[in-house]
Amino acid sequence: MLKVLYERHSQGHRTMAWPDGDPPKLPDRYRGLPVIDASKCPEGCRECAEACPTDAITVNGSMKLDLGRCLFCTDCIDACPEEAIEYTQDFRQAVRTREDLVLDGEALRLADSLDEKSRKLFGHSLQLRQVSAGGCNACEADINVLGTIVFDLGRFGIHLVASPRHADGLIITGPVTDNMKLALKKTYNAIPAPKIVIAVGACAISGGPFVDNPVQNNGVDGVVPVDLYIPGCPPHPMTILDGLLRLLGRIEDGSQPLAGK
Amino acid sequence: MTQVAEQLTTTNGCPLPLADVPVLPFDAFAEQLVEQLQGNSSGLSALFGVPRSDLSVRLYAVTNRATAGLFTVMAADVGDRYPSLTVNTPQAHWFEREIAEQWGVVPEGHPWLKPIRFHRSYADGRDAWGRSPDDEVLPGVQPAGTDYFKVRGEEVHEVAVGPVHAGVIEPGHFRFQCHGENVFSLEIELGFQHRGIERQLIGGPDKRSLHFMETLAGDTSVGHGTAYCQIREGLADVEAPLRAHAIRGIAMELERLANHTGDLGALAQDIGFLPTASFCGRLRGDWLNATALICGNRFGRSLVRPGGVRFDIDASMAHELQRRVESAFRDVSGAANLLWNTPTVMARFEDCGEVPRHVADDLGLVGMAGRACGIDRDARRDFPFGIYRFHQIPVSTWHTGDVFARAYVRWLEIQRSVRFIRDQLRSLPGTDIQRDAGPLRPDSLIVSVTEGWRGEICHVALTDSDGRFSHYKVVDPSFHNWIGLAMALRNQEISDFPVNNKSFNLSYCGHDL
Repeated sequence: MLKVLYERHSQGHRTMAWPDGDPPKLPDRYRGLPVIDASKCPEGCRECAEACPTDAITVNGSMKLDLGRCLFCTDCIDACPEEAIEYTQDFRQAVRTREDLVLDGEALRLADSLDEKSRKLFGHSLQLRQVSAGGCNACEADINVLGTIVFDLGRFGIHLVASPRHADGLIITGPVTDNMKLALKKTYNAIPAPKIVIAVGACAISGGPFVDNPVQNNGVDGVVPVDLYIPGCPPHPMTILDGLLRLLGRIEDGSQPLAGK
Repeated sequence: MTQVAEQLTTTNGCPLPLADVPVLPFDAFAEQLVEQLQGNSSGLSALFGVPRSDLSVRLYAVTNRATAGLFTVMAADVGDRYPSLTVNTPQAHWFEREIAEQWGVVPEGHPWLKPIRFHRSYADGRDAWGRSPDDEVLPGVQPAGTDYFKVRGEEVHEVAVGPVHAGVIEPGHFRFQCHGENVFSLEIELGFQHRGIERQLIGGPDKRSLHFMETLAGDTSVGHGTAYCQIREGLADVEAPLRAHAIRGIAMELERLANHTGDLGALAQDIGFLPTASFCGRLRGDWLNATALICGNRFGRSLVRPGGVRFDIDASMAHELQRRVESAFRDVSGAANLLWNTPTVMARFEDCGEVPRHVADDLGLVGMAGRACGIDRDARRDFPFGIYRFHQIPVSTWHTGDVFARAYVRWLEIQRSVRFIRDQLRSLPGTDIQRDAGPLRPDSLIVSVTEGWRGEICHVALTDSDGRFSHYKVVDPSFHNWIGLAMALRNQEISDFPVNNKSFNLSYCGHDL
């Protein structure tokens, strides 16, 4: 018992101050929200679009980047002859509609909160059931981590629950394999209405690296309706938490850049 | 009698002309397999089918001989059925189910012939269970002539769990045959995560190949990524620079540290010992963040590249990593030692879910789960690759085969990985970090093995006359080890399933591919 207490003392208090205080410092090489400076692009250059493993970048007159497909890898950056693409430190990336994930030079339209009625229902207590439908266990791991003392999801009234019957919504990972489609639908149907659906990671949004493979469904859209899209491969836990809090109206800083960035 | 001409040996990451692989008459192939795996001095790294133009299938077997650091490769052609190898070579049991499912070839006499992933056969018009294109193919839909294993008798009952589980975890289906609380038998049905990766690799490498590797099993991005890069480098006759090998090694051990630490916490959670559960949940993140310091991604994505690594570690980063490793290691030691010093924890861990050594040997358990049964094998020592050719990590084993052993081997490995990373950071070789990995050798076969945190990862690639992948086989350690979990549950209380499951912590997607 004394050993436990001693160890508890030496491990210290670890819960982050954010969102009331500053967010934790992310590594310098962290690949947050990407930005493309299209003014640097040489005429007719398609290097980045051709290098992109998921065809997230399209160059047809104007340049578009689909964050829903983006793996946040380095392939486009390595291919670009003009250093026109870079990753920022901005972890805020969650949006409410699929179209909002397609960037064409405009600022990312971050997720609005639920309507007032839903916020009344879920704003201080949101119970989520997680379903992995072909997820590789990276998105799952970084959802799980929100339950640790560092993020302490419970302090916001959000819990991951064991049964869809206890849940207000689903948080889904993976491209939705054919072999999980039925189980996903059944789990969705088992949740009492009103309910919300959150798609986490490139796979759940677009199929990710598996986009257009047979035996999967290019993500959650088309199987169940989605209320919140959280891009990444996997999204940083801060990105997921930020998205959840925006949905509940607990953060409303619009699309302003983070202080100091 | 063995004839030398019937054997072809190779080493880790070293390509062979495909034409040199001996194609034996089936009986000789089966005999050789028995001989090589006799006394369990070797393991079956891979056994897979490659279709031939005439609808026959060429079976390739890759066995490993740990004491010699060698792999033996041989082949045999079969039609739509052949006498099951599992009867005399139990290690083949899961491989033969995979071959049957992929190519519609029936291993006659297989003791438990059922699909393992539930996809349609890749051989046109041929299905090992005689399913027609109109029949539903889905986990849970048992092909005609098969069923779940059933125990009948008074007071025997069945418990079915999954695919959607209570925790944040990948999907799988578990069927227990119970007598009261006691589990007679557990059958594990997988396939829910099947994403069709191997089929997509054919014709590669292309711009997606590496990303498939990094997401084969997302918690093992570095392990699978490295196995793939060894294939690319071996076939391109390129050696990655030494510094790149060292950085890969650091990343691979950080991956091991993150997962092992997380598992110790999860094991504590499953028996209700919250201090270690809570500490390790945070500490797992510290290891992941150390990986992110190197490459920007907590899972090591975009770090390992054919020909080397994408990111370097400069002096100030090496210093910062040292500091973080020391700090995290101090706290992991505190959290782990609470487990071994708390009698209520030990009472739950010891004698729980024991896999007897002979069972582990016969079924060919690999990695940490095998070492917890006393199997002294570790690819980092036995088939040294990358930086492990120059810097050895002692192999950690325990002999009791129970939950305690699987937990304790993790703790031993944590300590040794930390020591390795410390040494590497102090002595990073002064080379560059990346070379070009050009076109691949045509008409070749290559075996690449790494020791991921769960155990032996084996990739085998075959190239065509243009130097493209004509076949790519992935064997995740989970492929060998799921049966170990089923064995561990025999005659255990069903309430001990979570802690046993966590003690193996196998990959669903790594198995389902």
